[in-house]
Amino acid sequence: MGLTLTWLSLIVLIPLAGLFIQTADLSPAEFWAIVTSRRTLNALKLSFGLSLAAAATSLVMGMVVVWALVRYRFPGRRLFDAIVDIPFALPTAVAGVALTALFAEKGWLGAPLAALGVKVAFTPLGIYVAMVFISFPFVVRTVQPVLQDLEAELEEVAVSLGASRWHVVVRVILPSIAPAILTGLALAFARAVGEYGSVIFIAGNLPNVSEIAPLLIVIRLSEYRYADATAIAVVMLAAAFLVIFVINRIQRRAQARAPAL
Amino acid sequence: MAEAESARAVRAREARNDALTEPRLVRLGIIALAVAFLTVFIVLPLVLVFAQAFGEGVAAYIAALADPEAQSAVVLTLTVAAISVGLNLVFGLVMAWAIAKFEFAGRTLLISLIDLPFSVSPVIAGLVFVLLFGAQSALGAWLIARDIPILFALPGIVLATTFVTFSFVARELIPLMLQQGTQEEEAAISLGASGWRAFVRVTLPNIKWGLIYGILLCNARAMGEFGAVSVVSGHIRGETNTMPLLVEILYNEYQIMAAFAVASLLALLAVVTLVVKAVLERRLAEGRRQRDH
Amino acid sequence: MTIEVRNIVKRFGAFAALDHVDLKVETGELVALLGPSGSGKTTLLRIIAGLEWPDEGDIRFDGEDALKQGAGERHVGFVFQHYALFRHMTVFENVAFGLRVQPRAVRKSEAAIRARVHDLLDLVQLRWLAERYPSQLSGGQRQRIALARALAIEPRILLLDEPFGALDAKVRKELRQWLRTLHDEIHVTSLFVTHDQEEALEVANRVVVMDKGRIEQIGTPAEVYDNPRTAFVHAFIGESIVLPVEVRDGRVRLGASDLDLAADGAVSGPSQLFVRRHDMDVGPVGSGALEGAVRRVRTFGPVQRADVALTSAGGETLIEIDTPRDRRLAPGDIVGLHPRRYRIFAAEA
Repeated sequence: MGLTLTWLSLIVLIPLAGLFIQTADLSPAEFWAIVTSRRTLNALKLSFGLSLAAAATSLVMGMVVVWALVRYRFPGRRLFDAIVDIPFALPTAVAGVALTALFAEKGWLGAPLAALGVKVAFTPLGIYVAMVFISFPFVVRTVQPVLQDLEAELEEVAVSLGASRWHVVVRVILPSIAPAILTGLALAFARAVGEYGSVIFIAGNLPNVSEIAPLLIVIRLSEYRYADATAIAVVMLAAAFLVIFVINRIQRRAQARAPAL
Repeated sequence: MAEAESARAVRAREARNDALTEPRLVRLGIIALAVAFLTVFIVLPLVLVFAQAFGEGVAAYIAALADPEAQSAVVLTLTVAAISVGLNLVFGLVMAWAIAKFEFAGRTLLISLIDLPFSVSPVIAGLVFVLLFGAQSALGAWLIARDIPILFALPGIVLATTFVTFSFVARELIPLMLQQGTQEEEAAISLGASGWRAFVRVTLPNIKWGLIYGILLCNARAMGEFGAVSVVSGHIRGETNTMPLLVEILYNEYQIMAAFAVASLLALLAVVTLVVKAVLERRLAEGRRQRDH
Repeated sequence: MTIEVRNIVKRFGAFAALDHVDLKVETGELVALLGPSGSGKTTLLRIIAGLEWPDEGDIRFDGEDALKQGAGERHVGFVFQHYALFRHMTVFENVAFGLRVQPRAVRKSEAAIRARVHDLLDLVQLRWLAERYPSQLSGGQRQRIALARALAIEPRILLLDEPFGALDAKVRKELRQWLRTLHDEIHVTSLFVTHDQEEALEVANRVVVMDKGRIEQIGTPAEVYDNPRTAFVHAFIGESIVLPVEVRDGRVRLGASDLDLAADGAVSGPSQLFVRRHDMDVGPVGSGALEGAVRRVRTFGPVQRADVALTSAGGETLIEIDTPRDRRLAPGDIVGLHPRRYRIFAAEA
């Protein structure tokens, strides 16, 4: 899956670059100028930075959720298992307005947080929260089947050799499911970076401060600055491709050593 | 692990703080954290949608949905979804059929292409269509000269939605059809059935549940698509606003209750989709188990 | 390290996997737990290891209560049927695992660990595979590494759960031999589970025959083969001819006729007569307690095997007997058969 993702980013990149060259007829210098303009750079930095942070958070929280769902029994487990899919099925605009209302200063969660001095809605923090919302299910659903199928014998033998629970988890279980974890991470990141609907409501959308790259693309399109829009898209895809490619390499090396049986 | 150990054995094991599972406190902590996280991130937003939608009473809710703009948005969404799902049904079937039943060069590449729309940002998907059909492109100019509007009109919205949701049907069907192989169809044909009849009477019943599952997911995404449609639709009120776009507009105009009223319909759709999905998953798993015997 | 198992009971729901099991294993013994699936042998092994807990009963290692300790504290080496090697670690790291996870206070130095791992790899003759990954090894090699890994922690007891079950017949035989030799070298108290009786009889010092959660018999391979205590053991170990007979007033009846066989103190009532195929003496008609007509003869290797229809049964009971090749039999021969050794067990209700 991860490998496909890499190739696909490439497949989109090339025609887009082609289209771009055709429509824009820009010299490399002009391309560079667009891409490195202050507003563009800030948008890209914001999108990628927050996506990485959100993906990391999704990784941690996704692992907590998937561990609880797979390994433990508790009342309502099956229901909680089912609702993990909500961010997949819910239209992004609905998620966007719901999260905004939830974390707005007078919102159910926004109010207590504001009392603590934490402002979520209309700040980069809000963008981060929305990104976590839509990306963590990827980690859960990717890791879940692998964790479920992990043989109990691996843990049992580690325990019989004297490993503490910490060692069993850190040295045996996690490395065994590492490829799936990395795939989940890649998918979470890819989704967060490209996300539009869930994010633009809760983001402040202030240029240079809380404006994500996809929004900048839309703005440029509405300004008929097609060259700019395409340039940003090309850079977004190229950078996303790079990140996913790196994650894939790590994952492939892990898989080559320890092929899933 | 599924057997029921006696209570004494279970208690004995836990009391010794076995390394076979986490200490009780850690277990409780992880469960609490997971439940809290899911509640905050999923349950609360969902509940909020409905709370806000009905915040001014049922009468106001119904009035908001009866508003002509809302009505046209619903009609547009349903239309777009119907067409997109229909198109993807045909495309998906054709593609899955070709991939599963025949060998040809470039097959693997084709399979990889299936996932393409799924992994690209919807805004970029919309951008591609704008570049292709916009007035500045050769194709776009040609179409506009012949008075065939693509962008800022229904065709553009349908195209964008179809592209973005293409994966769902095909992804469900291909592994299913690959797994089923070609034997049954070949048997039917050897018994004198035409290709079409073989398809209708043999292939279709076999892939029935996978097809329904794929259509279900495709539909949910089609109705809810926002980013790509936002780019190609032009936001023309009463004409090119789908339900998700209407939610955005109402929200930006501070008609909060109305925005959530429309959103609640979409949220309901999501919940129903998941329920049906869960039921279908069980059917699919049973079907698979039966076939393995 | 002696193992004492006392009155162990383990239930899964209503099903009794172990039903009051008692066993004593002496230091340095290599004992086989032999039985069909569902006999409880693996459950017993896992309880001794600490991977499962009994509902009733006691386990003692050298007199100390083992149930007070978890699997990690019992210092037991466990080898699984499917190796359970850590796929993401090299062979070297696998074997070193037990040494690496020891608490810092006890842990050996890196150099000492390295030396020990190399010694173990030499012991199993796989030093050259140290830097490979388990996926690159054959089944037999994986199992030897699994054993080396278990031995690394210097266990007091070695437990093996169908260790050769996943291997080819030829590799299984080789490894069987190898395990026996290894045990002779290192003398760790060992307990292994198998459903393959040839394996148990060839390798073990003593065999524990189990069925349906109970121990049927404990003895040396010779004992369980030559002197089976119950019908199950007789039937399970080796091949047997089983004849339904009735014991009445100290006499043995087959069908309508009395057999000229001592009832040997068997209880009156419906019973089963068990004879080994090769314990049936063949002679001229009238020379034995039974009589039969030879139907088919086949010879392979040292064995001459004949299908004989017993005429004493009053009906046709077909049995298989093995006789030495120098006493030629041919289809159609009418012969007398006499069981040189036999056992009579009461028939199950």
